[in-house]
Amino acid sequence: MAGVVSTASPADRGVRAARAVLGQVVLPGEELLLPEQEGPEGPGGTGERPLRLSTGARSRVRVVCGPGLRRCGDRLLVTKCGRLRHKEPGGGGGGGGGVYWVDSQQKRYVPVKGDHVIGIVTAKSGDIFKVDVGGSEPASLSYLAFEGATKRNRPNVQVGDLIYGQFVVANKDMEPEMVCIDSCGRANGMGVIGQDGLLFKVTLGLIRKLLAPDCEIIQEVGKLYPLEIVFGMNGRIWVKAKTIQQTLILANILEACEHMTSEQRKQIFARLAES
Amino acid sequence: MQRGLDSETKKQLEEEEKKIISEEHWYLDLPELKEKESFIIEEQSFLSCEDLLYGRMSFRGFNPEVEKLMLQMNAKNKADEEEEEETVELDVSDEEMARRYETLVGTIGKKFAKKRDRANFEEDENGNIKPRKAKKMFLKPQD
Repeated sequence: MAGVVSTASPADRGVRAARAVLGQVVLPGEELLLPEQEGPEGPGGTGERPLRLSTGARSRVRVVCGPGLRRCGDRLLVTKCGRLRHKEPGGGGGGGGGVYWVDSQQKRYVPVKGDHVIGIVTAKSGDIFKVDVGGSEPASLSYLAFEGATKRNRPNVQVGDLIYGQFVVANKDMEPEMVCIDSCGRANGMGVIGQDGLLFKVTLGLIRKLLAPDCEIIQEVGKLYPLEIVFGMNGRIWVKAKTIQQTLILANILEACEHMTSEQRKQIFARLAES
Repeated sequence: MQRGLDSETKKQLEEEEKKIISEEHWYLDLPELKEKESFIIEEQSFLSCEDLLYGRMSFRGFNPEVEKLMLQMNAKNKADEEEEEETVELDVSDEEMARRYETLVGTIGKKFAKKRDRANFEEDENGNIKPRKAKKMFLKPQD
């Protein structure tokens, strides 16, 4: 579905309402108005006015601005180019307002707290491991941050191992720190990733596309042959299958499926299923 | 002959000293900035935006532990979304619990009561166990 791209420069467009731009391409520097600021002509403006406790204070719903957007006074400022997306809050969970974000594409990863990533251990110094996650600095991983690790019982991690963990500290002022346990102390699949397999790099947008709940690519891939995949939000994918050839086929499919249409993909899967 | 200063002049001197000291203190000559309560929260993570599946996957039994994890983690995500309201089936009904607690207070209290007070407990043994309200005090002889 092609988005409508206006040929006017951002300065000519003026400030637009966020609701009107959903699904369209936005460019950095644009300002977006949130629904409550559309003025008295908005829908329901002629209806009953709720009682206000203090004059002049607006009853605003809480809005979360996600990646690609920044707060600028009362408005949202776009900082990345891509399509604007919105998600309504789940029943009773999020409160009001929902989430707005920009669906952009990039290859360079910036560490974000809470993200699960695949890292490569590059150094072991004292009590911490230095793990390369593809960001500007290597992340630090303490040896106690593994399930069942104590001072006497150290985890079996060597330089060059692959680690699947999540960030606990990740901001622009400090060195990122990651751990391989969750807040309850359980591993939940995190830790050292096993032997063999192949690690390769893709764009960040593809990872999110593949991890979407209704992704057809993953479902089709899963029907081919027994395999194991680990996705890191830093653009790294690790795959493993029974033979080297199968592993390589899988890696090629995942790398190429970003730029294929669904018909081409189905042709390729059909050919693979035959052979 | 007064050698010291008067109390008045003393006060004046003190006030002048205070003035000088307070003028020397540094302060920011800014207008009062009122921080506006903002209703927009910034978040840099995609986790709150899109529902993403768990990152480790295994297909056709290649790694059974990971397949178990997949079920667990993806089910947990769905459970958070749907917010299932489960009414836990009670083994013991509320009424029975209330009745049990009523008698429980008396029996446990009996354990900690002294020997003299235990006699009071035994008096009303039929229904509820109540300690006697009036304590035995010393009665002065009237003669």
